[in-house]
Amino acid sequence: MITTDLEGIVEDAAAHLYVWALKDIPQDLRDALADAAKRETSVPGQRVLSTILKNVQIADDQQNLVCQDTGIAVYTCHVGERFPLHPARIYAALKAGTERATIEHPLRSNAVHTITRENTGPNTGHRLPIVHWEFVPEWDGLDVKCVPKGSGSENMSFLKMCIPADGVKGIKQFVLESIVGAGGKPCPPGIVGVGIGGSADYAMYLAKEAIARPVGTRNPDPHVAKLEEELFELLNETGIGPMGLGGDVTVLQCHVEHADTHMTLNPVAVNYQCWAARRATAHIGSGGEVEFDREF
Amino acid sequence: MSSKRLTFPTTEEEVRKLHAGDEVLVDGHVIGLRDRTQIRIFDQGMQPPMDLNGAFLLHTAPGVRKLGPGKYEKVCIGTTTSARMVRFTEGLGEQYGVRAIAGKGGLPDEAIEPMRRLGMVYFAIVGGAAALETTQIEEIEEVAWEELMPECLWKFRVKDFGPLTVGIDSHGNSLFHDVQERAKKKLEELNARL
Repeated sequence: MITTDLEGIVEDAAAHLYVWALKDIPQDLRDALADAAKRETSVPGQRVLSTILKNVQIADDQQNLVCQDTGIAVYTCHVGERFPLHPARIYAALKAGTERATIEHPLRSNAVHTITRENTGPNTGHRLPIVHWEFVPEWDGLDVKCVPKGSGSENMSFLKMCIPADGVKGIKQFVLESIVGAGGKPCPPGIVGVGIGGSADYAMYLAKEAIARPVGTRNPDPHVAKLEEELFELLNETGIGPMGLGGDVTVLQCHVEHADTHMTLNPVAVNYQCWAARRATAHIGSGGEVEFDREF
Repeated sequence: MSSKRLTFPTTEEEVRKLHAGDEVLVDGHVIGLRDRTQIRIFDQGMQPPMDLNGAFLLHTAPGVRKLGPGKYEKVCIGTTTSARMVRFTEGLGEQYGVRAIAGKGGLPDEAIEPMRRLGMVYFAIVGGAAALETTQIEEIEEVAWEELMPECLWKFRVKDFGPLTVGIDSHGNSLFHDVQERAKKKLEELNARL
């Protein structure tokens, strides 16, 4: 009988994804940054964007990390119901891959105990890495997306339990206030992820899903897609600009994810992703075949 | 707005020549430190084992490879968010003679007055541009407080470090303050339109 070491394959894929995501930013993001550099008219803003483009080029040429903040490793897994490795083993493999990448590269280790602040070692620890799970009926594959999430942008996360009477206007106001308040801290221009509906915790979960989408993709629900377009325009009118030094380009995109909610709830969560919006994906088949891309 | 070059450590006189919005490139020595380093200096009252007089401080926790005892090689060195460390500004200037603080995202308004009075500047660097920043750091010359890794006290020798934008000058001006004021007015206008 031929057996496939699927756990080993997932571990290898995770180790590769983490380093690859940190070094080589996706083409859709590169295009958005180049477009931003063309649109920006302020002098400090142009200086920031041309430095960013130069930095991306140097990371390519020298095979170095785009940003030193290797973040916390966040994975999104879409697991087919017939994928022959249990999610408990998938989690163990993602953890082992994260540790291996950290030690072998080496990558800066950021993970600390949240009270003692002692470093826990190779970017893993209690409940680290973080994994978002989705289970897909009638499928035998596994898609894994790695999103190393830096702290500068993660510190700029905001939640408001709006009331139904606040409506969409309340949602827009809260997103605008949040991004103006964040100023230059989350390394703008980045991707504003907004989660609406569900519950308090689920809205923030959705906001994190939103920042990890390919740049400029639109929500399939036309009501939500319209909100994305409107917020994108409004946010760029605030004048915060690249690195908060003032300018025309405050955000590269605004993505919104939604869940249906209770009739008396209207939660809004904002999660920011910096300009170095790193993400990389592996598609793993039930026989162990692996393809890497940035397709989800 | 003009483009300037400065070598650190430097003097109050040189720092006073800078104005908000100026573009600056830096040579010489840069001292790297972060949250835990400054908590140790100010909250735990420990004397930093490096001379900070006239110094350029960089908010960083670098990615490095250990070569031997006290010797490190750069892997990827970038800059962290400054705002978390604003409360140390006055002490750094008054007690240790620091002339420049560099980081990303700006310092809140409470830094404006001490920087004006003591003759200090805040340099805004491009956050996330660590691949570039790493090429501008020639060597890690010294490391102190290694037990705080990676939030030690680092001494780097740099060349053509930048481009930096003077975000807060020693004359009471802050680009961040101005941008926030304009954005808040703009928000009122946008809210009325929603």
